[in-house]
Amino acid sequence: MLQCRVLNSPPVVYRMYCRIILALSLCCGFTSAAAIAQIEATSVDFKNQKITIALAQEPPQLNPLKATDQVSFFILGHVSEGLLRYDRRGRLAPGVAEKWEMDETGATFWLRKNARWSDGLPVTAHDFVFAWREAVAPITASEYAFVLFPIKNGEKINTGALDKSELGVTAIDDYTLKVEFERPCAYFLKLTAFGTYFPVRQDFYENRGERYAADVEDMLYNGPFRLAEWVHSASLKMVKNENYWNRESITLTEIDAAYITTDTTARLNLFKDGKIALTGLDSETIKDALNQKYRIRKFTTGSVFYLEFNFRDGRLTANLNLRRAMQVVFDPNELVNKVLATPGNLPGYSLFPVWLDGVEGKFRKEFPAKRINIDIEEGRRLVALARQELNLETIPPLILLVGDSPTAAKQAEYLQGLFKTTLDLDLKIDIQTFKQRLAKMTAGEFDIVAAGWGPDFNDIMTFGDLMASWNLNNRGRYNNPRYDELVRRAQNSTDPQVRMEAMAEVQNIIIDDVVILPEYEQAVVYLQHPKLKGVVRRIVGQDPDYTYARVVQ
Amino acid sequence: MFKYTLKRLLAGVITVWFIATATFVAMHAVPGDPLLNDKAVTPEIRRNLEEKYGLDKPVFTQYLIYMGNMLQGDFGISFTQQNRRVNDIIRDHFPVSAMLGLLAIFFATAGGIVWGALTATYRNRAPDVVIMFLVILGISVPSFVFAALGQLLLVNINSWVGYSLIPVAGWGTIRHMLMPALVLGLGTMALLTRLMRSTMLDIVNADYIRTAKAKGLSPLRIFFRHQLRNAILPVVTILGPQIAAITTGGFVVELVFAIPGLGRYFVQAVQQLDYTVIMGTTVFYGAFLVLMVITVDIIYGYIDPRVQLE
Repeated sequence: MLQCRVLNSPPVVYRMYCRIILALSLCCGFTSAAAIAQIEATSVDFKNQKITIALAQEPPQLNPLKATDQVSFFILGHVSEGLLRYDRRGRLAPGVAEKWEMDETGATFWLRKNARWSDGLPVTAHDFVFAWREAVAPITASEYAFVLFPIKNGEKINTGALDKSELGVTAIDDYTLKVEFERPCAYFLKLTAFGTYFPVRQDFYENRGERYAADVEDMLYNGPFRLAEWVHSASLKMVKNENYWNRESITLTEIDAAYITTDTTARLNLFKDGKIALTGLDSETIKDALNQKYRIRKFTTGSVFYLEFNFRDGRLTANLNLRRAMQVVFDPNELVNKVLATPGNLPGYSLFPVWLDGVEGKFRKEFPAKRINIDIEEGRRLVALARQELNLETIPPLILLVGDSPTAAKQAEYLQGLFKTTLDLDLKIDIQTFKQRLAKMTAGEFDIVAAGWGPDFNDIMTFGDLMASWNLNNRGRYNNPRYDELVRRAQNSTDPQVRMEAMAEVQNIIIDDVVILPEYEQAVVYLQHPKLKGVVRRIVGQDPDYTYARVVQ
Repeated sequence: MFKYTLKRLLAGVITVWFIATATFVAMHAVPGDPLLNDKAVTPEIRRNLEEKYGLDKPVFTQYLIYMGNMLQGDFGISFTQQNRRVNDIIRDHFPVSAMLGLLAIFFATAGGIVWGALTATYRNRAPDVVIMFLVILGISVPSFVFAALGQLLLVNINSWVGYSLIPVAGWGTIRHMLMPALVLGLGTMALLTRLMRSTMLDIVNADYIRTAKAKGLSPLRIFFRHQLRNAILPVVTILGPQIAAITTGGFVVELVFAIPGLGRYFVQAVQQLDYTVIMGTTVFYGAFLVLMVITVDIIYGYIDPRVQLE
């Protein structure tokens, strides 16, 4: 999922005040580390194996066919299960399916007979057929329909050319599911662990209609947990699902999301007060947490942030030398250390993050990304060249479109200063709220946009086709037939060597052609109660994953 | 009296209609697109979404349809929470805001009257100076600063006593409400203190107070029977709009204290261009405000017999 969204983030002014308060409180000795330690935490309960956490926002959509955001997928990942799932070490493991076979044309899944819905009825192959057909049906208008396009006719159904019954998935019997592929899909098994691939039972879904998943009783559960209580915008309680086939391996009896707020300071206060067991930190709250001498944990989210150029006709950024000039003066390392300044972020050198798998090891180990030497003289020469090519006396200010978060503003100012001092290029910063920024991105009203991309599944293709000419998320409208060809080649093959070599060339094109300027690979810092163990942080799938967590004494 | 109420209500309906229309126009004039999301969608899906929310029709037709539905009490389906009706959102979350607001108003009026009376009594002496300084602080410092400080104070109180005496955030019991209500009411309390002080000072020098003193009434009796009752009138006047302001203005307090109130929806809907929620909450709050003002005007007649409702 795209990570650049800054939902409900409090206004910048508010953040500024928080900073002042923090400073004030430190002066007054308001927060003393010694005093804090006395509180006995109620967030972790060893005897009953219960934990309490906070959510950043209310899950907007728990209908798996339509869910798009992180919070909804977090809940869904705990209360539902697909054909396959990820185990505690992050490897693919059997879920509803106990075994499977896959080749270039399709896959067959044999479902376990003891997988049950929370009302006791068995989970059958029909539940998957129904869910997948609904997800691609245009009337459902699912934003994630595209993840089902590897299934035969998926895309044609979604564009309205075929009826949903034409989807290449059939239930041979109640416990055998056969899938036909549109084209070979090397990563299909990984897709079956994704939220949009979760089963939905037809009779229940149709009975609830518009209200499906609106409340606890409007949903069915087949995962390790089920929803027990949901007070909108206030709290959401998950309890162990006694109908789950693998209930023996689940230790926690209850995950109580007792607080819902985007305010990170409030969440840190709750953590200090022993009320929640895990909380994320931002560049403000981390200072306070360090003062408390808490153990700070880091986790790389797998998302990449970058500057995307506009290639539409008539845009100055369509000029290669101008883009190159910005490339040779921009040092991602400096951005990470001096501007972002929270631990864990990695400087960005490629569209492909370091965690992606290659042929045998990691892709970036096997095919290292070309490093650009910082060279201001070269940059100036390139700008002069660009001016000549564009037939311009001076380059008019370029529009840099960014979101309205404090970090985005800080980055924009850094870039403005950098390009001015090195290249004498002016940037006009255009700060926009979430929806307005998207509208401008879609309409192409920018020269450079600060964007980001997070993985939807654990394969290089989740990033690889991003700049393909047909991809609607290619907001700069980059169009390169060679790029498209390489993506098609990788998509149509299941041979890792062929796929990764194609992607290595894609990586080179992105750097040579300066399609984007990679900025950083995002990391988050967080606090976790020391008695809470076994929490898995995941790059793809529900994060954090409490499925196998436990409370120790 | 009945005729007066009827007339005011009719004017109120027109006001609400005007609010709804103005909001509708402003909302559609704001740049951005409510249906855009992180993931770009195919034109087919977009058409389906537009159809679902009626955005495929001309804006004026949308307006007529919306007004028609609104008259039947139907505010439509939320854009961000696609399986929840705006009516349900208001029904679920307004009581929370109202409860918090009422407690805040209680703190504000009680505090405002006491402090105001106190400052007037000790005019230009130490208590007056101290309280008036705090009042200026209360009016000028925004509520989110107080909210964050208040929460920090609770964390420290709890760690000092060694257990959760007062919850830091959350919702459910009266203990959860104390700090947020206090914070929410502070601004109004400061405003009321000032108002109370100035009206009190006017009254202290009024003829009827002198008469009362001359008659030999006890100072306490003079204070409660004559001064307070007259000084409280302006307070009641501004209380109506203040109640509406407090129950709507709780966005930051609700965020900091993790309270499931309507204020959060009210503000977030605008950020996310959630058309139906923007309309629903604005019209609802508009109607609420109008109703409050009318109620205050009617109550006014009872408190002050000199006011003729006609």
